[in-house]
Amino acid sequence: MRLELRLEKSRKLEYLVPIVSVALSLVVCAVLLLSTGTNPMTAYGAMLKEAFGTSYGFTEVLVKATPLILCGLGVMLAFKMLFWNIGAEGQLHMGAWGASAVVMTGWEGSAWLMIPAMMLCGFAAGALWALIPAYLKVKLNTNEIITTLLLNYVAILWVAHFIYGPWKDPVSFGFPMTKQFPDGAQLLRFGDSRVHLGFVFALVIALLLYFIQEKSRWGFEIAVTGGNPKAAEYAGMNAGRNILLVMLISGGLAGLAGMVEVSAIQLKLLKDISPHAAPYGYTAIIIAWLARRNPWGVVLVSILMGGLYVGGETVQITMKLPVNIVLIIQALILFFVLGGDILSRYRLVFDRHDRKEAPSGG
Amino acid sequence: MEGSWLILLVAILQAAVRSGTPILFVCIGEIYAERSGILNVGLEGLMLVGAIAGFTAGYTAGNPLVGIFAAAIAGALFSLIHAYVTITLRADQIVSGLTLTILGTGISGFFGKPMIGQVGVGFDQFAIPVLSKIPILGQVLFQQDAMVYLSFVFVPIAWWVMYKTHLGLAIRSVGENPSAADSLGVSVVRIRYGCVLFGGAMAGLGGAYLSLAYTTMWIEQMSGGRGWITLALVIFAAWNPGRAMLGAYLFGGADALQLRIQAVGIGIPTYFLMMLPYVLTIVILVLASRASLRRRIGAPAALGIPYAREER
Repeated sequence: MRLELRLEKSRKLEYLVPIVSVALSLVVCAVLLLSTGTNPMTAYGAMLKEAFGTSYGFTEVLVKATPLILCGLGVMLAFKMLFWNIGAEGQLHMGAWGASAVVMTGWEGSAWLMIPAMMLCGFAAGALWALIPAYLKVKLNTNEIITTLLLNYVAILWVAHFIYGPWKDPVSFGFPMTKQFPDGAQLLRFGDSRVHLGFVFALVIALLLYFIQEKSRWGFEIAVTGGNPKAAEYAGMNAGRNILLVMLISGGLAGLAGMVEVSAIQLKLLKDISPHAAPYGYTAIIIAWLARRNPWGVVLVSILMGGLYVGGETVQITMKLPVNIVLIIQALILFFVLGGDILSRYRLVFDRHDRKEAPSGG
Repeated sequence: MEGSWLILLVAILQAAVRSGTPILFVCIGEIYAERSGILNVGLEGLMLVGAIAGFTAGYTAGNPLVGIFAAAIAGALFSLIHAYVTITLRADQIVSGLTLTILGTGISGFFGKPMIGQVGVGFDQFAIPVLSKIPILGQVLFQQDAMVYLSFVFVPIAWWVMYKTHLGLAIRSVGENPSAADSLGVSVVRIRYGCVLFGGAMAGLGGAYLSLAYTTMWIEQMSGGRGWITLALVIFAAWNPGRAMLGAYLFGGADALQLRIQAVGIGIPTYFLMMLPYVLTIVILVLASRASLRRRIGAPAALGIPYAREER
């Protein structure tokens, strides 16, 4: 038995693999749950019902999906150029900090001015943070996997410094957080739900990225550089400049995710703007990979992952299950997809008598 | 006055060795994996799995020795996923490693829930007779715990196997030119599996150091980026177990120093001090990449590239 390269990718498998992967990962996770004496069916039922069975639950799914879409789009764009940006978590924190800095100047203006200023500063802070590893990669070929990741820890400590120190609300009873943002710094929410304007931004950005990717010359350059760096070089494309630009956008979008979290959800800067047990910035890596490098895929997978968050929080409260199962299920899905992708690229061949080199796309 | 400075220096150096030891274990293992051509960026997850497995086993058995065996086995088993996905299925090594980190973080948190707040067992420091009487060095190196001494034994063995044995030659050749090694009758698959599993076991030990010696408790995500720091250290060490020791203590020193300055409190904000190990890692990585730009050193030629015999 061996693996043989398919001449064409199997379209059918490309869609089948993620579905089967989700199913398999739920089966494996069920074994984990059983080992702790929990009935997995009860847990999964409760998760599904809360996330997609009630209208309140679904609005919360969209709330979780918002930062995931923004970070996921950014990470996806970088992955397309084969730049391993795994620093979305830090870029998100810097974005939240940049947006909060606008408020902490003491300015209390109208939302028409404050919100754009916060968006700009959030985007800029995330972008600058992402440009550090991008610049090091372009100039010195420094491994960006390590630098982007380590800068996450630095960014989280940076935020901690401000909320434990100079920005700490004096009447917070010792809790590390800023004072609540004034009305002008709060992003519009829809109706009674916590779904906010940030979700609309996320969809608009997905649309923009779709057009950039599919229709623009620059989108083409990114795809070529990621697919075949040598060819891109011969065609006169400037890979270094493109890496810097892509990371500017990638980090900026993660920064925007941080901005909407503080401005619409937390209404202040505090610890754990991203859930500690399953940080948005890390989930975004999984989303970008599962989305097949397609912006609409990012939106879809983010909503499903949002459901996982909401479901996970529910069973944590009602069944006392560790919320870590969210991370476990995510990682298992990705492992199964990774394995399954091989099957869509290769065919299993059983060596017996038939070993002629007949090309078949299968 | 001079005497008190000396005491402080010795204390910091001693703490540097303690703080560098978990990284040293992980680094030796990763050097073997990378030398065989397999990049494993899942070290952070492996350390966490080792830390919780070691803590739980040690706690249950009431014996830290049981803990380190459990940690090594858990690390090896967990890295089997990475080995299977990257060697047999030939999937992307970076994505697989990242996923391993995420999975390890989740699983360790899941099984660690009941262990939060428990006081576990651990290794105590003890002085080695005669050697610990050497001025300065004796106190720095030979008034430590059993796992530190274990690492002293591991480093020369790892160096000797890598450079002086047939096995080491096979490992290096598989990482440099797998098809040539294959044609000479070296099993690429077997060597790579062995190295990845060894790397996993060592990462498990490194994690267990945190929960059985450095502290005697389990804290969620207690590895705190040490797995990633190790990845940079491997590059700094130019894939050489001997240089890894130097590098590990350098990073340990940064950690020990920032903790000491925090304790003394000389006006630098605490959270900025806590950034020091991460920032230092980035700086050293930058210097290492500058050096390798000038003069190509180190990285095994086939690192990160899947090997398929029929595509030779």
